[in-house]
Amino acid sequence: MTAVTAPPPTVAPIASARDLWLSVAIRTGLIAGATALYLCLTGIVPTFDSRPLIRDVITLGQVALVVAFMAAGLGTAIRLGTQASPGRTVLGGTVAGLIAGAMLSALVLLGSVVDLRAMFLHASPALWNVLTFEMGTSGFWVPAAVGAVLGGLAAAIWLLPGALRMSLLAGLAMVLVMGLFAGLLRAPMLSGPLSGLARQLFAAEGLQPIGALLSFAAGAILVPLFRPSRIRARAQRLSREQRRVTAVPLGGVLLLLVLLLPLGLGPFVAQVVALIALYVLMGLGLNITLGLAGLLDLGFVAFFAVGAYTVGLLTSTGEYGIAQWSFWAAVPVAVVIAMLFGVVLGLPLLGMRGDYLAIATLGFGEIIRILAGSDLLKPWLGGPRGITNIPKPLDVGPDSFLAGPNQIYYIALACAAVIAFVAWRLRASRLGRAWIAIREDEDVAEALGVNLVQTKILAYMLGAAFAGLGGAIFASLYGSVFPSSIQLLVSINVVAIIIVGGMGSIPGVVVGAIVLIGLPELFREFSEYRFLFYGAVLILMMRFRPEGLIPSRIGRQEMHHDAAEDDPLTATAAVEPS
Amino acid sequence: MTPMQTPTTWAERTGLTERLLDIGIAVFLWAFRIIVLFVVVVGSLLTLARGRYSIEVWIDLIVGGLSLGAIYALIALGYTMVYGILRMINFAHGEIFMVGAFAGFFTGVYLAGTGLLTASPLSAVVGIAIMILMAMAVAALVALIAERIAYRPLRNAPRLVLLISAIGVSFFLQYTVRGLFGPGIYAYPSVPFLAEPVDLPLLSILRLKWLDVLVIGSAIGMMLALYLFVMRSRAGTAIRAVSEDKATAALMGIDVNRAIVTTFAIGAAMAGAAGVLYGLMFRQIFFFSGFVPGIKAFTAAVLGGIGNIPGAMVGGFLLGELESVGPTLFLDGLGVPSPNQLKDVIAFTILVLVLIFRPQGIMGERLSRSRA
Repeated sequence: MTAVTAPPPTVAPIASARDLWLSVAIRTGLIAGATALYLCLTGIVPTFDSRPLIRDVITLGQVALVVAFMAAGLGTAIRLGTQASPGRTVLGGTVAGLIAGAMLSALVLLGSVVDLRAMFLHASPALWNVLTFEMGTSGFWVPAAVGAVLGGLAAAIWLLPGALRMSLLAGLAMVLVMGLFAGLLRAPMLSGPLSGLARQLFAAEGLQPIGALLSFAAGAILVPLFRPSRIRARAQRLSREQRRVTAVPLGGVLLLLVLLLPLGLGPFVAQVVALIALYVLMGLGLNITLGLAGLLDLGFVAFFAVGAYTVGLLTSTGEYGIAQWSFWAAVPVAVVIAMLFGVVLGLPLLGMRGDYLAIATLGFGEIIRILAGSDLLKPWLGGPRGITNIPKPLDVGPDSFLAGPNQIYYIALACAAVIAFVAWRLRASRLGRAWIAIREDEDVAEALGVNLVQTKILAYMLGAAFAGLGGAIFASLYGSVFPSSIQLLVSINVVAIIIVGGMGSIPGVVVGAIVLIGLPELFREFSEYRFLFYGAVLILMMRFRPEGLIPSRIGRQEMHHDAAEDDPLTATAAVEPS
Repeated sequence: MTPMQTPTTWAERTGLTERLLDIGIAVFLWAFRIIVLFVVVVGSLLTLARGRYSIEVWIDLIVGGLSLGAIYALIALGYTMVYGILRMINFAHGEIFMVGAFAGFFTGVYLAGTGLLTASPLSAVVGIAIMILMAMAVAALVALIAERIAYRPLRNAPRLVLLISAIGVSFFLQYTVRGLFGPGIYAYPSVPFLAEPVDLPLLSILRLKWLDVLVIGSAIGMMLALYLFVMRSRAGTAIRAVSEDKATAALMGIDVNRAIVTTFAIGAAMAGAAGVLYGLMFRQIFFFSGFVPGIKAFTAAVLGGIGNIPGAMVGGFLLGELESVGPTLFLDGLGVPSPNQLKDVIAFTILVLVLIFRPQGIMGERLSRSRA
């Protein structure tokens, strides 16, 4: 027979016997050390080292290493569980941290002998200095020592009684969050009556030590009091009537917040907020194609481009403008043209399913991008130089609070609200149910009388129309369209927003847009690592929460139903010779 | 699901529109075919009639297309094998190719330092072989890690989940390479011997360079070895059995996991080798180099019939030729300015055309509609 071997168990065993503690510690330490090496060599640690979390105390780069070391200790403690004695647990954590740290020490030692920079851009003296507290390569022992201490400490924290442990970790997490957002909180406070307080709490970058202490206290006290699980349990105890009564004011406050959001923000944050609203709009549009009808469209950017270029051509006062219309007159035209493109590009794709559809639409998106930048269409679309001088929708003075990105924010928000309403009403309609039926099983849906051609074309049309609208708003947000703004990344962004937020879920799209578009834009200093973070988020989400952060009811059922389906590998396990 | 609730109205309402839609779609698809046919036939005739290009230019284009096609074919093998066994488009395969190109690059820089690449033709070939082997090993290693972390836990999840995870891997690898080695463009070490023309009596008419011989020869050699491995060896038989039917293969005592892992490793090794050949041919690489060749190679796999190993080879060479000769042949005669800008458009149009009109590809079974 071919290759009859018992497959090794795929899940790491939780150590049961006492003498396993060392191997658990070593394995965890190696994983944490590999992660720490990765963080150092990809440049995350040295880059973030220039950004303090607490002024003169700790930088973000150091925090990344601290987290890696503590994860080694915590991971060991968790894997050992309650079976190991407290002493063993702490010892195991120390060993794991020591190993993780020793791997970095080895890197420093290696770096002092060989010129690693020829290969790794970030393996420079600057990195050695971060790792050794400015001692250079002679301080190579520092990471190992720090790792051992932190690993042991983390394991000891794990041994604390539950409530205390939670307070401690919540406090640390709060310091991290406040430190990350310090800049955002400080800017609006400085202009108001709170400027004195702002200076006390926040440094130019990161927290002041006092602010850090206060954040820690706030996290340690408040988080255990308002645990999400506790709130959810209380909400479930409320009657339906009570819930409705609390929901109305809560929703009102939320709405007011959303409407007033751009007011106190600087122009940069306002632009980011407008971009988030734009992506919410597009996410809701694709949510119809992908979330309801289950058609994975990676060529979303094609329709986005059609909308953007249509508005550009019709409204631009520059070289390539043909009509100098107002934004409001151009948008309906853009939406209709995008919709027509949706039909034209959708027709050939009707028979395709699943990932073939994804690749074919991706091909369409690339074709449109290349054509837009080509010499062939240059006389009309401006080639790589694109279309510029696209006016803003509202002609208001520079002092008006509607100037600049704010008006785009409100327009995008209004459009998003309309799309959300349309999507919500459609979902329960005959068409919406036909879409969901197609998504579940095309053949069965067809047998039940769903007209596949019509239903799919409608899904493409609507998705394309909303993409066109997104493109139109994008064009007036930035005042220009270039072929380089029609990146595949736009399509991927939108798909990722839906996936991370939860397929078919409207609040999910909002959360997805904030997490994937807003956070990376706000933390510009990390922009170099934005897509690294992105890739990691996609992989982790698919592995641990494929239904998304805020799943729709059907989406959740689907993911959990599928996971339980027959599995050929369990069949392997069943026939393996024992 | 209640479209059955009122069957009469549903049928009445959709009867006419349905027929109209069907006619409309048929007209549209025919128009599409006629336009493409028009561009190809009229464009070619006009280009040839104008006679702006000498025969040498055409020979160069054809040879260039063969080399490019060999690279596409090598990458396409990985797509096809993984698709055959898991029914999954490994979106990150292009990145594996790029990682291989980088591994070959650093090996090459080291070897260039020792003078191996420049000393003599023989030593250059040895050096390139070492680069290719290194690239194969690193690419296979990265692919196995990706499979272990991002694909294996999702093997029974809906396929969309797997595709998204693969997109995540693709981003992760691109930006890991960017973080490790920087965003700059790296120039591949030069091997002077490869730029020399082949001075053999019969071949001189083809105006080949040693580079073309190396790329085409090693690609064909590797493909033959792979074909023999899959058709003759035990592990290859296991792979074919698992592609056919996982559950039954498992019942026959085949280690499904091992077959899948082997497939990933072999596909990645081929892509890694292709990465070195690509680097030697185009002389520069950067962290985003894998994306477009990856998509093109997928096109090649679809063109040949996905899941079909000889198909991937045929599809690769065909796509390489179309992309190399196509812009000049089809578009130049029609007066399109700088037709070479549109070579990717040709590749993607072929992809869409194949998916619409012959989803089974040149030599594959019909998967995109039935099993997909």
